[in-house]
Amino acid sequence: MSMQPDGRYVDQAPYDPEAAAEARSAELDMSNARLLWLRFKEHKLGLISGAFLLLAYLSLPFAGFFAPYSPNERLEDYIYAPPQMVHFMHEGTFVGPHVYPTVAEMDLETFSWKYVQDTETPAMLEFFCEGSDYKLAGLIPSNTHLFCAPEGATLFLFGADRLGRDVFSRIFYGAQLSLTVGLVGITVSFVIGIVLGSIAGYFGGFLDWIINRVIEVLRSLPELPLWLALSAAVPSHWGPVSVFFIISIILGILDWPGLARAVRSKFLSLREEEFVKAAEMMGAKPSRVIKKHLLPNFLSHLIASATLSIPAMILGETALSFLGLGLRAPAVSWGVMLNDAQNLASIEIYPWTAIPMLPIVIVVLAFNFFGDGLRDAMDPNRS
Amino acid sequence: MALLRFAVFRFLTMLATLVVVSVLVFLIITLPPGDYLSNQINELRATGQSAGIAKAEFLRAEYSLDQPLYKQYLIWAGFMPGPHGFAGLLQGEFGWSFEFDKPVADLVGGALWMTVLVNLAAVLFIYAVALPLGILAAAKSKTWVDYTSAFVGYLGLATPNFLLALILFYYGNRYLNLPIGGLMDPQYEGQPMSFGKMKSVLIHLIIPTFVIGTSGAAAMMQRLRANLLDELGKPYVETARAKGMSEPRMLTKYPLRVAFNPFVADIGTLLPSLISGSVLVSVVLGLQTIGPLLLTALKSQDLFLSAFVLMFVALLTLIGTLVSDLLLALLDPRIRFGGRER
Repeated sequence: MSMQPDGRYVDQAPYDPEAAAEARSAELDMSNARLLWLRFKEHKLGLISGAFLLLAYLSLPFAGFFAPYSPNERLEDYIYAPPQMVHFMHEGTFVGPHVYPTVAEMDLETFSWKYVQDTETPAMLEFFCEGSDYKLAGLIPSNTHLFCAPEGATLFLFGADRLGRDVFSRIFYGAQLSLTVGLVGITVSFVIGIVLGSIAGYFGGFLDWIINRVIEVLRSLPELPLWLALSAAVPSHWGPVSVFFIISIILGILDWPGLARAVRSKFLSLREEEFVKAAEMMGAKPSRVIKKHLLPNFLSHLIASATLSIPAMILGETALSFLGLGLRAPAVSWGVMLNDAQNLASIEIYPWTAIPMLPIVIVVLAFNFFGDGLRDAMDPNRS
Repeated sequence: MALLRFAVFRFLTMLATLVVVSVLVFLIITLPPGDYLSNQINELRATGQSAGIAKAEFLRAEYSLDQPLYKQYLIWAGFMPGPHGFAGLLQGEFGWSFEFDKPVADLVGGALWMTVLVNLAAVLFIYAVALPLGILAAAKSKTWVDYTSAFVGYLGLATPNFLLALILFYYGNRYLNLPIGGLMDPQYEGQPMSFGKMKSVLIHLIIPTFVIGTSGAAAMMQRLRANLLDELGKPYVETARAKGMSEPRMLTKYPLRVAFNPFVADIGTLLPSLISGSVLVSVVLGLQTIGPLLLTALKSQDLFLSAFVLMFVALLTLIGTLVSDLLLALLDPRIRFGGRER
């Protein structure tokens, strides 16, 4: 490149018209998915978030492997034990990863347990060791853990809660419910939203009017009180699995209006297009026109905006469980865990009970960035 | 005149919506099997206390809970007179709270005003924060001001409200000596309004307002920024600049006015989430709003109390939406007249 006297830059390489045309047609020949991927890649934050989320979801079936303890395993002698550090150096020499065993002592002045570290004897961490039983992906029984507590010591990386359960392990198990609740919820909302939105947009008339009024009413109501009222209606004798599904359905049931509205407005504009008329004249039934000709036009865009409403559901589950109306023990979710951190006293004395907040914030942020990136990549109006 | 017609139309729609909402609320609340009184009667039977049973049976008949569901609804909403003089919502009778053994009206009295106050404060906070920050972020886009505000905004959206509340309470009390819990100092409770009480309420409001408003402010700020950026790319801005108009004056005189619309319109969509947030935060922080009442009422299936609180919350959002719609029509002639052409 060189600068001309009048300040313009000119590329000195000879211009090859064929190569330029080839480059252009290469982009035209690319499959849709590949184009999407190329555009999505530019959004670095979205890419990193997407990778992180993929990793998080892939690790869900292996929670038992990563967690040193099982979720409801109680170590009665270690109630509210503080987090332990993993050390590498012992008295100035490198000995590998180890922890120092702690012993509980009653402090007779404050009448609380104090945990004293025994810094004399390092307890080496074990890797790929045998510990408590669990089922891989809920199917394959196993008892191998990535790492477990050394003999005669405990391993509370994030401390222990009020029943002496390991917070670190529970975060892994809690992720199984907290992360899937959003997926189930969004599926429910997606199905209802698309079905009602397409009916309203395609057929119009009275049906459209009814659906529109329902959407307006639901959108004008505050979500949380309704969530509370609906989940208060869940019978208390139901098992954890049914409670989980009903809570996710409740979260989804109030989320669909936004989606249905988007679908409806797209339908209204696409319904008048020539290709729809052509399909109708050739005798296609409404269900076929909707499924084959209309929906594919903006489905990807819908998926992107649905990604953006998953975090709201994760936060919703957290809030419900936190208030004691969502998932209930023995189910483990991040909201259930935060139930322990419900008052100021526990935040002050046992700040580690609030640690589950970190994964929530990270996951919600990741979903937001990922959804933003996805939406940008799928936006057809983008230059 | 057009404005008046619009206002009347919107008001009527609101009333119709309210009726639908009342059906919905009543259905949801009567959804779980059993109700407070029959639970109580069963319990009393099991423990062999016959004295309480008579009272519970009396209450059942008095509030017509032994009638079929649609009649219960009509009586509760006040479309139909109850058998023993219970008149229903429309006549200003809110029913009886079985859990607290008091009329609902006595129970919620002051809490209603506090709820309105907290939410109003949150709305004001959102405007006060989002307006300057949104403009700043747009005017200085792609600089550290923009990035910092975006980051803080995202963080505000991602942190669960209730935890933010607890953490801010803890640090606010420790370093700024802000009071913990409640909406006023205990000595002012039940006292008539005075200067001291007002001051106490205001100080207690700082953290709740901040917590409830943060996520809304973040969303609104991003919205204002995006709108302003769209406007800033337009030729008339270029013209104004070329003519030598000073940047702040140009910004506030033209693009801001156009970008201002969603600022008012958004309150309608923002209010439901605000009220959700205030319910949650009130429970955690022990504010004397209707939030904690709703939670206890729902947990013990206290029919009239929870129904009333839900109705009130819905009414609050509907009125908020109405006001924002009217303001928008006042602000933007395109909306006033656009409706007829379509």
